[in-house]
Amino acid sequence: MKSFSYLSAPDTVTALRTIADSENVKFLAGGTNLVDLMREGIEEPATLVDITRLPLTGIEELPDGTLRVGALVSNSRLAADPLIRTRYPVLAKAILLGASAQLRNMATVGGNLLQRTRCMYFYDEASACNKRVPGSGCDAIGGFSRGSAVLGTSEHCIAAHPSDMAVALVLLDAVVEVESVRGIRRVPVADFHRLPGDTPHIETVLAPDELITAVELPPVPVAAHSRYRKVRDRASYAFALVSVAAALAVKDGVVTDIRLALGGVATKP
Amino acid sequence: MCLMAPLKTSPRVNRRTDTVEIELRINGSAQRLDVAPQVSLLDALREYLGLTGTKKGCDQGACGACTVLVDGRRINACLALAVQYQGREITTIEGVDHPLQEAFVRTDGFQCGYCTPGQICSAIGMLAEHKEGAPSAATEHLADNGGELDDAEIRERMSGNLCRCGAYNGIVSAIKEVAK
Repeated sequence: MKSFSYLSAPDTVTALRTIADSENVKFLAGGTNLVDLMREGIEEPATLVDITRLPLTGIEELPDGTLRVGALVSNSRLAADPLIRTRYPVLAKAILLGASAQLRNMATVGGNLLQRTRCMYFYDEASACNKRVPGSGCDAIGGFSRGSAVLGTSEHCIAAHPSDMAVALVLLDAVVEVESVRGIRRVPVADFHRLPGDTPHIETVLAPDELITAVELPPVPVAAHSRYRKVRDRASYAFALVSVAAALAVKDGVVTDIRLALGGVATKP
Repeated sequence: MCLMAPLKTSPRVNRRTDTVEIELRINGSAQRLDVAPQVSLLDALREYLGLTGTKKGCDQGACGACTVLVDGRRINACLALAVQYQGREITTIEGVDHPLQEAFVRTDGFQCGYCTPGQICSAIGMLAEHKEGAPSAATEHLADNGGELDDAEIRERMSGNLCRCGAYNGIVSAIKEVAK
């Protein structure tokens, strides 16, 4: 892994100031994706700002029933939360079906949103990959693309987005709150990730100096009856070939409300 | 309780050698070491502290052989940077004294033994998670707390620990015995 400087931010202001003032800085929380990508030489930040001391670990209910989840809440804590399990079971299930318990204990909500594809051509330095090296081509197209996306693709990239949690968040119309030295922005999760188009290396609408601070879940009554199903090559601990998040309301034999979101098949959740 | 508890101290950087002086609490005692920021907790344990009980299987969070406990919660030490884990209570297999260890021997829960330290640390973490009422993907009624640790639950909750010798049946038996 390439050398880097490490600092632990004592507060949000310091974290935002540091990333705004310097080049090639990345935030570090759980590290379950970033550390791996750095070891693979795909990410090479000059500085890592550890944000685990920031006060972003709450799960609180707002007056209108919205659940505000801090960006540093661990995946396992979010999935185990009683309010999440009763009001948004699809979200708890999606998280529990992802990764392993050890990884879910380390990974954070913010980091899960920012995780990068598991496409083998992205990881393989000998392969052409427009996401890893802009303009180099895409060996996945016409290659071993069984796990690749079929929706939202372009002639430059067919990499699937791997997050299960994000699929559930899209179903629930969650909103991502981000902050920088310029202030706070709110982005609907459905607009947070970008389609590859001709710039597959730019995956989200986050500015380089923005920090995800929270994800807000609006009240969604139909979500009380929701599920997440995942199809994959193993019974556990594997990414989705295809997954679906669904919420359904039925009254007197008639479907009155339905929501569906797909995972494993698209370039964004 | 969130795993990411606040650090109590900020590491002191040794600018000359680009290493950081840190103090890790391992199995109840404080250990001071000088590590570059990129050193994983796994490498710190094995290479810097000589605690080779924790194993490196894949070094990418895909096998669980490196599982250790941090404040009682199981993590993959290979993806953890040592500099991030100051002020936390880290338990490795060297610091474990648990009925599971004898159970693994009795139920034939290992062959080569390479995944075993990770299996045991993971199982200890798993039992704690279950005791707190945390659900798993195998839990039928998500809103319910606890529930029985049957075969399906144990296998799902332990799915982050691979065993190439295929001692899974013995591992599940050992855990089931102790969980009773």
